[in-house]
Amino acid sequence: MPEMTLIDALREAMDEELARDPRVFITGEDVGKRGGVFRATMGLYEKYGEKRIIDSPLAELSIVAIGIGAACAGLLPICEIQFADFIHPAFNQIVNEAAKMYYRSGGTWNVPMTIRAPYGGGIGGGLYHSQSVEAFFTHVPGLKVVIPSTPHDAKGLLKSAVRDPNPVLFFEPKKGYRSIKGEVPAGDYTVPLGKARHAREGSDLSVYAYGMMAHYAVQAAEQVAREDGIQCDVIDLRTLLPVDKESILASFKKTGKALIVYEDNLTMGYGAEIAAILSGEGFEYMDAPIRRLGAPDVPAVPFSHPLQEAFMPNPHKIATAMRDLAAY
Amino acid sequence: MSALTKTQLSRPSEQLSNETLLDMYWHMLLSRRTDERAWVLHRQGKIAFHISGMGHEATQVGAAFAINRGVDYVVPYYRDLALVMALGITPRDFMLSLFGKAGEISSKARQMPSHWGSKAHHILSTSSPVATQVPQAAGMAFAIKYQRENGLLDPNDAAQPRLALTCLGEGSTSQGEWHEGMNWAGVHTLPFICIVQNNNYAISVPIEQQMAVSHVAERAIAYGVQGVTVDGTDILAFYDVMRAAVARAYNGEGATLIEAKCYRLTPHSSDDDDRSYRPREEVEEAKRTDAILRYEQHLMGRGILSDALKQDYEQRARQMVDEAQRYAENAPYPEESSLYEDIYA
Repeated sequence: MPEMTLIDALREAMDEELARDPRVFITGEDVGKRGGVFRATMGLYEKYGEKRIIDSPLAELSIVAIGIGAACAGLLPICEIQFADFIHPAFNQIVNEAAKMYYRSGGTWNVPMTIRAPYGGGIGGGLYHSQSVEAFFTHVPGLKVVIPSTPHDAKGLLKSAVRDPNPVLFFEPKKGYRSIKGEVPAGDYTVPLGKARHAREGSDLSVYAYGMMAHYAVQAAEQVAREDGIQCDVIDLRTLLPVDKESILASFKKTGKALIVYEDNLTMGYGAEIAAILSGEGFEYMDAPIRRLGAPDVPAVPFSHPLQEAFMPNPHKIATAMRDLAAY
Repeated sequence: MSALTKTQLSRPSEQLSNETLLDMYWHMLLSRRTDERAWVLHRQGKIAFHISGMGHEATQVGAAFAINRGVDYVVPYYRDLALVMALGITPRDFMLSLFGKAGEISSKARQMPSHWGSKAHHILSTSSPVATQVPQAAGMAFAIKYQRENGLLDPNDAAQPRLALTCLGEGSTSQGEWHEGMNWAGVHTLPFICIVQNNNYAISVPIEQQMAVSHVAERAIAYGVQGVTVDGTDILAFYDVMRAAVARAYNGEGATLIEAKCYRLTPHSSDDDDRSYRPREEVEEAKRTDAILRYEQHLMGRGILSDALKQDYEQRARQMVDEAQRYAENAPYPEESSLYEDIYA
């Protein structure tokens, strides 16, 4: 099986979907000749032409709104927001329009649209090229929110997103675009939305994470297994909305201890919902306080390197939190 | 201003049959009587909310009759009662929405009244924040162009949508969403028509405080689309302008921005009181030049409409509105379980 990077897997998914279905098109800023600022769409313009790989005007709201209209009129848009930090001008179109279209039309007009956006810090991007925005959208019924952490899942989940009849926000951990590599099957396969991945087997404590943090959580789990004999059960959530309660609770029933890791600001972040699910539906299995490891509650990720590193969770910080919780 | 050059219009309205001319009149009248009834129901305390289209009927019915009704995409706004009724929404559909009753077709009675939508009529569902529908309508027009260029749609197949039409008020053109939608329409030469129903007030705020240009249509030049200002209370003049825009869209020549000068004969909504911001004389003057009266006189002058025929129409409209009201009053409310339906497709 060929090994490839996360971003190559994403590109392969788009390439295959474009080839499979003429209704699929890509629009966004610099997605055409430039192949995307991260090169996610590299080569697709040459292969599929300007009528299917469309450089949008520099206006994020319109990228999403055009996608909504096109989706309602029978196409399958893949809309790229260059950085998740720039998605906010489109917030109304996503939350008020795409998410509510099916409900407000009595189940008649649906929006089969995928919105891709690189997210997350650790790449020297400062306040406005580092944000984690998932919690804004996981609060919104009608949307699906997906975050892959491996090349295998990136390809299979993106294909599922493109084929899903609902609006899917697909956030990509950009720090892992080239640093995360893994085996990716050639040809067509999908990974279902709404199902978490059991990333590592263990019985001492459960670790819930997604995106770059899922990748780091596995690294940290290997380290504490090696150095301390602590065995972590790592759940890579993969789809944040709808949430896979079954997998979340199954792990907790086994371990009774939970560490939730995310690189968004800690307070009111996605991890709070996981904690609520565990305490509400897994209370009788609980052996320790539920712990969250998130980013500090400061407005955004600073540019200066030491400040950025102080902000970001990393394998070292995760390993420390694992040891603390295991010792409880 | 080149965008406002008085177009040497052909008058396709001169080709309309008497039957069609009367059908247009009928739709204006039926919409007006339905609208009036909603005000009565509100004053009686039977419904909670109404937002009116009275005064805009000539523009809206003229627009509907100029497109391929029920086939071309329409993305309306809340004042478009006459437009959607001319596309096939019935007084009964509207009454069900006023009462929030089961069987309401736009949204299963989830939305407030006048938030139209019907996939069967190719009317996209719309929300309350203004101008959000404009870039979506441009997206539908984009899909039509895409489907033609990628061999998914025969450009001459009249059974398929060949344009997207959207409407909004002049105040809503202050929104960035309007700009972004118009910009796409221009950049991609989309089969797109945007009608700005300019009634001079956004609730209470006059046009001078929305824009520094005298005509909304002047803005067309900034998007590279055709712009035209027309008397939106003259149904045949409006129809002629629309036909030119429709021809441009069908022929792949691009988008048109039509500014229809209208007057809102009522307050903004049943929750508004316009006495604080509109002089009564202004409103009374607009009522004297009401679009329906004007068209009525035109048809009578041409011997197409008679007093007897008019009485027939009035009676028919009253019967339909009565029946619709009765039906809606007697209809059940939606089942509570429907709260949980249609979250995901």
